[in-house]
Amino acid sequence: MTISLPNALPTTRPTGCPFDPPAELGRLRETEPVARMRYPDGHLGWVVTGHALARQILADPRFSSRGELRHVPIDVDRFKGKALPPVPRGMFIQMDPPEHTHYRRLLTGQFTVRRMNQLIPRIEQIAEEHLDAMARKGPPAELVHDYALAIPSLVICELLGVPYAERAVFHERTKLMLNLERGDEEVMAAFGEIMAYLGELIERKRAEPADDLLSGLVTGGELDHEELVSFALLLLTAGHETTANMLALGAFALLENPDQLKAFTGDPELVEPAVEELLRYLTITHFGLQRIALEDVEIAGIAIAKGECLQLHTPAANRDPAKFPHPDQLDLGRHASGHLAFGHGVHQCLGQQLARVEMRIGYRKLFQRFPTLRLAVPADEVPMRTKMGIYGVHSLPVTWES
Amino acid sequence: MRVEVDTDRCCGAGMCALTAPAVFDQDEQAGTVLLLTPEPVASEFAAVREAAQLCPAAAITVEESS
Repeated sequence: MTISLPNALPTTRPTGCPFDPPAELGRLRETEPVARMRYPDGHLGWVVTGHALARQILADPRFSSRGELRHVPIDVDRFKGKALPPVPRGMFIQMDPPEHTHYRRLLTGQFTVRRMNQLIPRIEQIAEEHLDAMARKGPPAELVHDYALAIPSLVICELLGVPYAERAVFHERTKLMLNLERGDEEVMAAFGEIMAYLGELIERKRAEPADDLLSGLVTGGELDHEELVSFALLLLTAGHETTANMLALGAFALLENPDQLKAFTGDPELVEPAVEELLRYLTITHFGLQRIALEDVEIAGIAIAKGECLQLHTPAANRDPAKFPHPDQLDLGRHASGHLAFGHGVHQCLGQQLARVEMRIGYRKLFQRFPTLRLAVPADEVPMRTKMGIYGVHSLPVTWES
Repeated sequence: MRVEVDTDRCCGAGMCALTAPAVFDQDEQAGTVLLLTPEPVASEFAAVREAAQLCPAAAITVEESS
């Protein structure tokens, strides 16, 4: 049998377009939407690049999300020769039902469409304050620091009850933890620091509960200390790093597609479909998602053996022409619903409705306030996050006519 | 058209309430699906079919009347 990906998952994006998934995964989807892949630890598993197949596997309970069954798909020094650390209690994204269901249910009521819509005035205010500050300072600006990271960070801090003034503790450390080129010792130290900070924060909530999500979980009494810290870590990191990268990378993509940007700013009705299309087109989960077969399973005529790991490459799947015609075009007018940017199955992103609200407000307000916004450097000089678990830009220098 | 929901399967992603808000809502406390009308009007059919298709937990069943 030929092994289509003999070493690891490709992570660089050499086509010249910083928004496209690695080119070899696109080619693979045309010939072998389920292909053999050798993981760097020697494990012989699979990579799935077809949309329908990835979706089917994500919804199939015969495939597990359990962290201890995983294999690292990318070739980085940090993981070489090391067993994956055990999954902390409460880290429910790496668990299966019914354990996963029990934990997730404690949060689902906090992230409903209605609750997220109630946050709109406050999120608009946060966006406007940051745009005011950018305008006062005058061009140029660095969009990640001045806007894209600030909005979701402040929103998730307020929602959870994390003092925003303490954001440096988790901003710097989560960025370091997601950086695949950092050493294991450095990453584990950062992880230890962030866990210590969150542990102490939970104790503060216990002593003085306020009207916020973490206080509610602390006083609710369903979770012990270790579980509470896991919840806090999950919500805090998932809540700022992902949306921040969508906001900055999305703004970059719109600036690089002036006809689409013109349509976006000219038509308020386009905001909702535009966010779905940017989610599809950019799919920032850089390596996709992972599942492990709990039993022997046949998928699309291919026998997957129990224990084999599957890399469901959602960035490539969201460029499947069978689902989205002309997938490599950013087309804000298309109906992009059904994309896998938030995953699929019972693990589908819990915070997706918050992310949607933040993106709708974030893009709209940015281009309303700065209609002449443009890159301050050539596009190929924008530093891309190719060595990070969440794709995006490290920084985005922009300028405008003041 | 007749719609059924399974709150045990529901994972609270909210795609139904987002896609067909006239037919689906979410429980204020649990966040799980609430079916507002099991027999939606014809103008809602397309949105309901899409909501069922998008539901990540396959918690929505649509029975099309013949």
